[in-house]
Amino acid sequence: MLLSRLSEACGVSGDEGEVREILKEELSGYGELKTDTLGNLFVRKGAGRKPRLMLSAHMDEVGLMVAGFEKSGLLRVHKVGGIDDRVLVSKPVRVGKNRVPGVIGAKPVHLQKPEERKKAIAIDNLFVDLGVRSQEEAEKLVKPGDYAAFAAKTRAAGDNCLTGKAFDNRAGCAILAEVLKDDYPLELTGVFTVQEEIGLRGAGVAAYSVYPDLALVIETTSASDVPGTSEAGHVTRLGAGPALTLMDASFITPQPMLDLLVRTAEKHAIPYQFRRLTTAQTDAGKISLAHEGIMTAVISVPCRYIHSPVSLLNLDDWHNTLKLVKSVLQSIVEGGLPECASY
Amino acid sequence: MRELLRKFSEAYGPSGREQQIARLISEEIRECVDEVFTDTLGNLYAVRRGNGAKVMIAAHMDEVGVIVTFIEEKGFLRFSNIGGLSPYVLLGQKIVFANGTVGTVGMEKLEDIKKLALDKMYIDIGAASRDEAAAKVRIGDIAVYYRELTIAGSRAIGKALDNRAGCAVLVNALKNLDRTDNEIYAVFTVQEEVGLRGSRTSSYRLNPELGLAVDVTPVGDTPEPPAAMDVSLGKGPAIKVKDASVICHPRLKELLLDLAEREGIPCQLEVLQSGGTDAGAIHLTREGIPSAVISVPCRYLHTPGEMADLTDMENASRLLKTFLTHPLEMNKIFPCYLT
Amino acid sequence: MEIKRFLKDICQAPGISGYENHVAKIVKAAFCRYADEVRQDRLGNVVFYKKGAGEDGKRPRLLLAAHMDEIGLMVTKIEDDGFLRFAAVGGIDPRTIVGQEIILYGKETLPGVIGAKPPHLTDEKERSKGHKLEDLFIDMAMPASTVKELVRPGDLAVIHREAIELAGGSLSAKALDDRAGVAVLLCCLDELERLRHAADIYAVATVQEEVGVRGATTATYGVVPDIGIAVDVTHADMPGVPEHETAPLGKGPVITLGPNIHPKISAELLRLAREYRIPYQLDTAAGATGTDARAIQVTRGGIPTGLVSVPLRYMHTSVELAETEDIRQAGRLLALFAAALEISAVEGLTCF
Repeated sequence: MLLSRLSEACGVSGDEGEVREILKEELSGYGELKTDTLGNLFVRKGAGRKPRLMLSAHMDEVGLMVAGFEKSGLLRVHKVGGIDDRVLVSKPVRVGKNRVPGVIGAKPVHLQKPEERKKAIAIDNLFVDLGVRSQEEAEKLVKPGDYAAFAAKTRAAGDNCLTGKAFDNRAGCAILAEVLKDDYPLELTGVFTVQEEIGLRGAGVAAYSVYPDLALVIETTSASDVPGTSEAGHVTRLGAGPALTLMDASFITPQPMLDLLVRTAEKHAIPYQFRRLTTAQTDAGKISLAHEGIMTAVISVPCRYIHSPVSLLNLDDWHNTLKLVKSVLQSIVEGGLPECASY
Repeated sequence: MRELLRKFSEAYGPSGREQQIARLISEEIRECVDEVFTDTLGNLYAVRRGNGAKVMIAAHMDEVGVIVTFIEEKGFLRFSNIGGLSPYVLLGQKIVFANGTVGTVGMEKLEDIKKLALDKMYIDIGAASRDEAAAKVRIGDIAVYYRELTIAGSRAIGKALDNRAGCAVLVNALKNLDRTDNEIYAVFTVQEEVGLRGSRTSSYRLNPELGLAVDVTPVGDTPEPPAAMDVSLGKGPAIKVKDASVICHPRLKELLLDLAEREGIPCQLEVLQSGGTDAGAIHLTREGIPSAVISVPCRYLHTPGEMADLTDMENASRLLKTFLTHPLEMNKIFPCYLT
Repeated sequence: MEIKRFLKDICQAPGISGYENHVAKIVKAAFCRYADEVRQDRLGNVVFYKKGAGEDGKRPRLLLAAHMDEIGLMVTKIEDDGFLRFAAVGGIDPRTIVGQEIILYGKETLPGVIGAKPPHLTDEKERSKGHKLEDLFIDMAMPASTVKELVRPGDLAVIHREAIELAGGSLSAKALDDRAGVAVLLCCLDELERLRHAADIYAVATVQEEVGVRGATTATYGVVPDIGIAVDVTHADMPGVPEHETAPLGKGPVITLGPNIHPKISAELLRLAREYRIPYQLDTAAGATGTDARAIQVTRGGIPTGLVSVPLRYMHTSVELAETEDIRQAGRLLALFAAALEISAVEGLTCF
């Protein structure tokens, strides 16, 4: 299954090569493929047709970077992207181009003072252990600047759910790949973007290059229907269908785009929900402001525990998100682009 | 100016949903410009054609607001903020949605008022159930302060003076503009309050030679002000030196000071430590666009009781008008100082 | 070439973000003999163009950027008694400016000092805390009426500091961040006089880096380079700072790795350093760097970007400290990079 392969691939921001290769292989023959200097992957179909649409999904995931070595051979690491320090301890990782296995270790609880035990273990007190005995041995296996990603298999769980790492946003990548296998009577450029997790850096340049009439961002967003949060505070709920963004810290969905998504979902009886959080950012923040401004919307797969190796998504949500994206394209084919206000 | 401000201040137009205020402004200016149009993001452009320098004047028309994120079973609305809004200021306020639905803002029981946060608050629109509420308001709908403008002497008190005061100044200047060679693009921008977004795309589209933003600035003349600042209400428009988003072009800043002196317009110099304005986005567009800012001093920003001085606004408008009719050719203002 | 003399001159010149013209003039005077064309863009970036030896259409465009602006102080308010309140332009640690002499650029250039409430009048608890910016003021030592005549809000001040030559070839000065980088550009241009380079060179002294990499944003948009390399400073070794976050002084230029950097550019820099026995060090940045490279990379449709830095101690103070040999070696490394650059290499930068 494509989603599993994508999820299990290492693709920390700036090191998306493995994910990109899977996608290139999967999509060869479905459109013109090219990459740019940052590593964004473009798949263009129907060049020259109107209107011109861009669909994007970011390939990168949060992770770690080798910053230095201890004499003992333990690795000092930086965080790449927004990871909660507390999720790091006791996780297996794979490091560097050769995917050297390692584990994230910390001082055993037995040796911690009672005060220390109450605190989160910060990145400064965490090390990646490759099992070697010295700095020299470690340097033979990995180099400074090498990336480390969580190591986690994708597993089926519970009621039609999957657990694994990097569903944010390989779930979106898998949807975009499926969408690109169909043909539509318009120019469609699928962009698998890089470096979203470190500040939407790939999407801005990609949108500058493509400059479409309209853009759809396919994302994975936090489902927070878990104990400790009230229903009003649920960003999204698992199993309640694709999530439509109202606004976030980088972007406000234009009313005509929101109306288009809602109308389409209702017409095709696809369950949907609104993403009820107004913070955090997605590629839409950069895409919508490229050139003279681009009509943009975001459709997300809800997912629990994102940015951890045990993110959890519901396959019905995934299928419904795929269906909604395809249906929105159909709506545009039939009804044209949503109109913006004029006076 | 007073009636213009009243009309603009009381209009609805939070970031991202500026259609109503844009329509009002476009009706006001249609007669005094050559062309009016809008773009994808909703920016409103008003053009005075000319053969001289191409100048962009930006005044953002959006205001801060609240967005509905959840409707409770008993009809209460949960919400989040759009732009910088203090929960303490919001408490007990009347707010209004685009369709005219009015609500009031309440809070859950709190042991400690310091813990007041938006997620402990709700909007009550008088609906007895989720269905009743949903008939009037949907998730994603946005509300703004509900407040009429009050005139107290030479001062105006109301909501959204940030930046409808700037919009009124710009409209007033356009209405009174003499003949000029300059090609003037007045842009009433969107989404300034959430990150200078409308000005980014509109300045890219226009690629002007010069940029000028008309906005409001906080002041330092109130009891124990948040920061040491030499700007007071009633002492004329402020010419910005810098804020967190822009260091205004030194030559343009000096030009504004010279023009104010020449015309006998009182003005002040503004050094703002935090906060930004549309010039922040304009000056970084493409290869760089020299930009400056004329600010209307304004107290109590982002509250429903913002206060500005009408005389300051008149003077800001005069200064703007003088600037717009001044020859603004690049080579006159920026002789290459390194040759 | 007397790099130390040049470095002293530019470090002592004022050039706070947004107001770089004074230092720009000195930079231009030193650079123009190497350039085919010099221009200043509308934000004040100074762009030196040197044509490459490649045929038309086969000359890669290489941007080298070092920022010439420095952090400083800006008057916000003149108190009734003539003391000046001020804001920081760029990141200033208020604890490092207490008791400093300043030069204020008002209607005239004026000396002043930064004062604070005397320690004798404070209790121990107060003294244990660092000064905040709002506690400090500039004292112009003149009557309030004279101050009001000569000083306006928005006037600028810099710490008054002569550059100091220290033992072992090191130099201490204000504004070495990033005038050291500007000196690297000069060393590079000088080296290039003796090397054949196919590439067109655009050496840019950028403005307004300290307030948000603003000059590099517009300069890169204007130059449209095939490759951009930012030259900046990075933290040198210090007791109490982890080794993996610093690069020792005197051990050569620092080559940065990470997502902000195109892997083929860092690899090429490393290859050249090894081949030509230039001492070098590695640094890792897990996200966008706090340098012009941050802006260069995401300009237009994306620019392959590199970052070379000079180790520097006491960053953002008036006693920043760097070694001239590191600067020279960085200049050499960039010159070798420029000389080795062919159009065929550029074409490979979009292949992943």
